Amino acid sequence: MAAVDAETIGKSYGATAVLDDVSLRFEDGRFTSLLGPSGSGKTTLLRIVAGFVTADRGRILIGGEDVTSVPVWKRAIGMVFQSYALFPHMSVDDNVAFGLARRGVRGAEASRRVGEALEMVRLSGFGARRPKELSGGQQQRVALARAIVTRPRVLLLDEPLSALDRRLRQEMQVELKRIQREVGITTIFVTHDQEEALALSDHVAILDRGRIVQAGPPGEIYERPATRFAASFLGDANFLEGVVAEGGVIVGGVLVRTDDPLPAPGTKALLAVRPEKIALVPAWGAAPAGHNAVPATVRQVVYAGAASTYLLDGPGGVALTVFAQNRTGGPVAEAGATVTLAFPPKQTILIKD
Amino acid sequence: MSEPQSGAPARRGLSPGAVTAALVTPAYLWLTVAIFLPLVAMLVFSFLTAAPFGNRAVEFTGAHYLVFYNRPYLVEVALRSLALGAWTTGICALIGLPAALALSRAFRGRTREVLFFLVILPFWTNGLVRVFSWTMVLRENGILDDIVRAFWADAPSIGILYSYPAIVVGLVHAYLPYMILTCYLSVVAIDDEILEAARSLGARAPVVFGKIVLPLAAPGLIAGSVLIFVPVIGSFMEPRILGGTAGVTIGTVIEDQFTQAFNWPLGSALSFIMLAVVLVVFAVFSRALRGRLTLS
Repeated sequence: MAAVDAETIGKSYGATAVLDDVSLRFEDGRFTSLLGPSGSGKTTLLRIVAGFVTADRGRILIGGEDVTSVPVWKRAIGMVFQSYALFPHMSVDDNVAFGLARRGVRGAEASRRVGEALEMVRLSGFGARRPKELSGGQQQRVALARAIVTRPRVLLLDEPLSALDRRLRQEMQVELKRIQREVGITTIFVTHDQEEALALSDHVAILDRGRIVQAGPPGEIYERPATRFAASFLGDANFLEGVVAEGGVIVGGVLVRTDDPLPAPGTKALLAVRPEKIALVPAWGAAPAGHNAVPATVRQVVYAGAASTYLLDGPGGVALTVFAQNRTGGPVAEAGATVTLAFPPKQTILIKD
Repeated sequence: MSEPQSGAPARRGLSPGAVTAALVTPAYLWLTVAIFLPLVAMLVFSFLTAAPFGNRAVEFTGAHYLVFYNRPYLVEVALRSLALGAWTTGICALIGLPAALALSRAFRGRTREVLFFLVILPFWTNGLVRVFSWTMVLRENGILDDIVRAFWADAPSIGILYSYPAIVVGLVHAYLPYMILTCYLSVVAIDDEILEAARSLGARAPVVFGKIVLPLAAPGLIAGSVLIFVPVIGSFMEPRILGGTAGVTIGTVIEDQFTQAFNWPLGSALSFIMLAVVLVVFAVFSRALRGRLTLS
C-alpha cells in the first residue's frame, strides 16, 4: 500500500498536448476517480502511472519512491482493463497465479492465495474453467482477483465496468467498493461515467483537455463546482451570467445574490445553481425570505411520476431547468405559466467560466 | 404474408436435400475426376510389374512396397528429405513468427499493405524463375560474392550453390509466405491489453513472449508448419536445381522413376509411401491443432 504522486506530468503526441502540467496526489488507501470526457487525458495519466506510457515531463512517485524510469513489470501495480484482458489459453487459476509466479510464489502457497483471491471475488469453484466459459461480469471479477492477488501497491482500473450492462454494472460497483475497502488498497479509477465516479470514489479529479479542472471529495465537487465544465460534467447545472453589482449579480435585470465573495462591481460574473436546489413558486405565492426570487416562464414540463423536470425561460431568455418532487399530486405549473424561482444565496455558486 | 416466415424458407418443389446435392455435386465431380481417379490409377500402377503401355506382359505384385528394404540407400534419401522438411519448416518459423509480429504490431496502414505485398510476391513468381534466380545469387562469383567483395575485395567466395544449404535457402524463400500469413492471423488476434496485463503482473519481455505470445501464436505456427513440411519433403525442383549432387531427395527419386527410368510402378509405390507419411504427419498435427484451436 502506498500513496501515488503525479508531479507536473506533461505529455504530448506531436503538437497535441494530452496532459499539461498535471499534479495530483492519490492518498494511501483512497479510491480516487479520474473523471472526464474522452480525450481529456485521464487514460493517458493512468497509463503513465502504470508505466505503459512515458511522460515527457514530470515524475511519478509510488510510496515516495521515484518510479518514473522503472519499467512496468517492476512497479508492483495491479491493473484491470476495459476488455478484461484475461489470458485465453489459461484456466482461471492459472490466470490468477500468473502474477504470483512472476514474484516467485509457486506451489501450495500460490494455490492458497489464488483460492483466497477467488473467494474474495466470489468465484470459488470456478478455478478450472477457461475465461471464455465465464460471463462478462465473472471475467471482470477474475481480472480483479488477478490484479489484487499479488498485493500490489496500487490498483489501476481503466474503465473496468463500461463493457457490462447496466444492472451488472451496478452490482459490480458494490462489489468493487467492498473489495477495495477490504483490501484497503490505493485505487485509481478512470471513468467517463459521473454516476459511477460519485458512487465509488472517496476523491474525484475532473479532467478537461489535459488539465485537472477540480479535485476533491465527490460531495464537495458537486456542491461547490469551481468551473462551468466541472458543474456541467458532474451533474446538471443552471448558469446565470451577469454583471456584478452591489450585493449580487444582475442577470437580465434581476439581482441574484450569492454568499460567495464577488469581484469588483461592473465586472462580468457567472453563477451556477443545481436544478434540485430551486423551488417553483406559483405566480400568486411569495419566495421565502432571504431567497433569490427570479421570474421565469414554463416552457415544458416533463412528468416522470415521482418528480417532474421543468424547462423554463428565465430573465434575458436564459434556459433554466428545475427538478421538483410531485408532492401535491401532479406538476405545480403548466407550460406557459409564469412562476417565481426561489433558491437560497448559499446554493448560488460563483464559478469560473 | 399470411404465414409467419420460418428460419429455412422452403423452395417450391425442391427438398433441402436435393438443393444440397445440387450444390455439392459439381465440386465432388471435379474432385473425382481430378484427384480420385488419378490416385486410383496410380494405386493400380504401384501393384504392377511394369507400366501397362508396352507389349510386355504385366502382372500384379506387391514388391515395389518393399523398395526401402530392397534399396537401403533410399532410407537415407528419405531421412534426408524429412530433415530438409524439418530445416525448412524450422527456419520458416524462426523468420515467420517475428515477421508476423512485426507486421501486426509495428506497422500500420499503407506501410503494412506494402509489406504484405512484398511477402506475397513469391507466390506470384514462376517457381523456375525464382529458383534459377537463386543460382545467379548463390553460385561462386555470383551476386552474393559480388556484394561481399564490394566491401572486402579479397573475400573468399561464399557461394553455396550445389549444396544442402542452397536447397534450404530456395525452399525457405518459396514457403516462408505460408508461415508469415498463418502466424499473422494468430498474432493479429492477440489483444494489446492482454500483453499489457502480463507486463503489469510482473512479466518481462521474454516471459511475455514465452508464456503469452507463443502459446497464442501456436495455431498459426502449427498450421504453417503443416503447409510447409508436407510439400517440402516431396519437393524436387529446388533440390535438383540448387542441390546438384547433394540434391538427391525422395522427390527427385520419384520424379526420376517417371521421367528417366520409366518405372512408373516404383514411382507410384514411393509416392504412396510418402502419402502415408504425410497423412501420419497430418494426423499428429491435427490432434495438436484441435486442442489449440478450441481456445481462440
